[in-house]
Amino acid sequence: VSAPARIEDLLRELTPQVLGALVRRYGQFDACEDAVQEALLAAALQWPEQGVPANPRGWLITVASRRLTDQWRGESARRRREATAAALTPTDEAFIPAPGAEQPADQDDTLILLFMCCHPALSPASQIALTLRAVGGLTTPEIARAFLVPEATMAQRISRAKQSIKASGIPFRMPPERERAQRLRVVSHVLYLIFNEGYTATSGPDLHRGELTGEAIRLTRAVHRLLPDDGEVAGLLALMVLTDARRPARTRPDGALIPLAEQDRQRWDQAAIQEGVALITETLAHAPIGPYQIQAAIAAIHDEAARADETDWPQILALYELLERIAPGPMVTLNHAVAVAMVLGPQAGLDLLAPLDADSRLAKNHRLDAVRAHLLEMAGDYAAARASYRTAARRTTSLPEQRYLETRAARLTGTDP
Amino acid sequence: MEAAVKYLLMIHMNPTIFETLSEAERNAVFSAHDAFQKPIRESGELVGFAALADPSNSTTVRVRGGVPAVTDGPYVEAKEFLAGYYAVDCESLERAIELAAQIPDARYTAVEVRPVMHEAGLEL
Repeated sequence: VSAPARIEDLLRELTPQVLGALVRRYGQFDACEDAVQEALLAAALQWPEQGVPANPRGWLITVASRRLTDQWRGESARRRREATAAALTPTDEAFIPAPGAEQPADQDDTLILLFMCCHPALSPASQIALTLRAVGGLTTPEIARAFLVPEATMAQRISRAKQSIKASGIPFRMPPERERAQRLRVVSHVLYLIFNEGYTATSGPDLHRGELTGEAIRLTRAVHRLLPDDGEVAGLLALMVLTDARRPARTRPDGALIPLAEQDRQRWDQAAIQEGVALITETLAHAPIGPYQIQAAIAAIHDEAARADETDWPQILALYELLERIAPGPMVTLNHAVAVAMVLGPQAGLDLLAPLDADSRLAKNHRLDAVRAHLLEMAGDYAAARASYRTAARRTTSLPEQRYLETRAARLTGTDP
Repeated sequence: MEAAVKYLLMIHMNPTIFETLSEAERNAVFSAHDAFQKPIRESGELVGFAALADPSNSTTVRVRGGVPAVTDGPYVEAKEFLAGYYAVDCESLERAIELAAQIPDARYTAVEVRPVMHEAGLEL
């Protein structure tokens, strides 16, 4: 690992700690967040040249505090010019901690920040953007690039989110015990969305979106470290690691998607698979079961099959039945139908899909047509399969998926008896 | 489960309808665009926008047998044409429809809401 990369890792790790220390001391989440971003920028410029300071965390807190007090001085000078009441001007030296001070609060601070950024008052898009910036330490341009929106758009989204937090008066402390479990589910969902956003990105112009999966895994790892007994956080981490292990094999060099059954499993990341399998095995043995754990267990079964036809479909089917019971939804039914088809034959899977046509949550969703097309192909009804592939291709808004579905349809042309 | 989706809000124009409007009504449409843009710029939903010149300014290019053939005018002559667009990044189709309904032109002609294709995909 090169020195700049090490510095970057260090900065990302310190971001929530430094921000937490500042908000704890000064309040004013929005102003502190700006000050931390400036301190991170200063560090990114100075440290590679001058070396990493002995106490990098203290350095960042000092620099950020100075920015904050400079800003307050500027504001208060303006207020004086406007002949309004004189404002408090803190003397910065008094606020600079002794090296290593407040160390025990760091871990709580990262969690408190996550809970704050994932506050239910914010929209999911804002929760994601704020989490990546305040907890992940990504810059606004990086986040904008990852979500393919202009920098100004993302800057507005983040500044709006910070204003909402300010306006709502959410205090910087752990939510009350009774709210914590529910809030942790929102945090998990935000981390899951960040992972998905990165994972569904393919190649070419979107290559940097892959960083989002790495960032989601890093943040989930941090939450897991802080809450090792939460089975669903462990399940989510295992799900991410086991899914990401397949990344090297899931696209062709030109960006085209390769379905699971056709991937070159030699290229899967065996170290990641081992880590994920160990984590989910350990978790299932001790924690109350939950949807992320079940999905991780399913991912583990796929990952453990050396060849697609060695996949333990009966066990996957049993897990989808369990998932349908504890977390039902149309997408679960779709995947359940695939498992049913693999165990009991395509017609049984198609029967399970039939009621979904009436489900408004899936109306016009290309995945229903895509799964039906696959099952019809398995059943040997090529004309109907081709029609379903074409319908799915028309309905998807994803270019690589459209390309894949059209290829499948074209392959079936001329196969009629 | 899907994150924010980008939509193109396409403003269709029918000159025969627009010509029947009074000057005040027409000016109201133009100024209402500023009012429409401000909140979605602040919320971060506005990705981009453009007003397009009349299709009589179009040039159409076709390459046949490796040779470009350039003709003046649009590809198809139509009573209605694309007059401009807003690219927005919203939480849901419902939100995109809500925004489309706020575009002043929707009162006289129509605004078409269409998702923008993206490079992301699952391996299905």
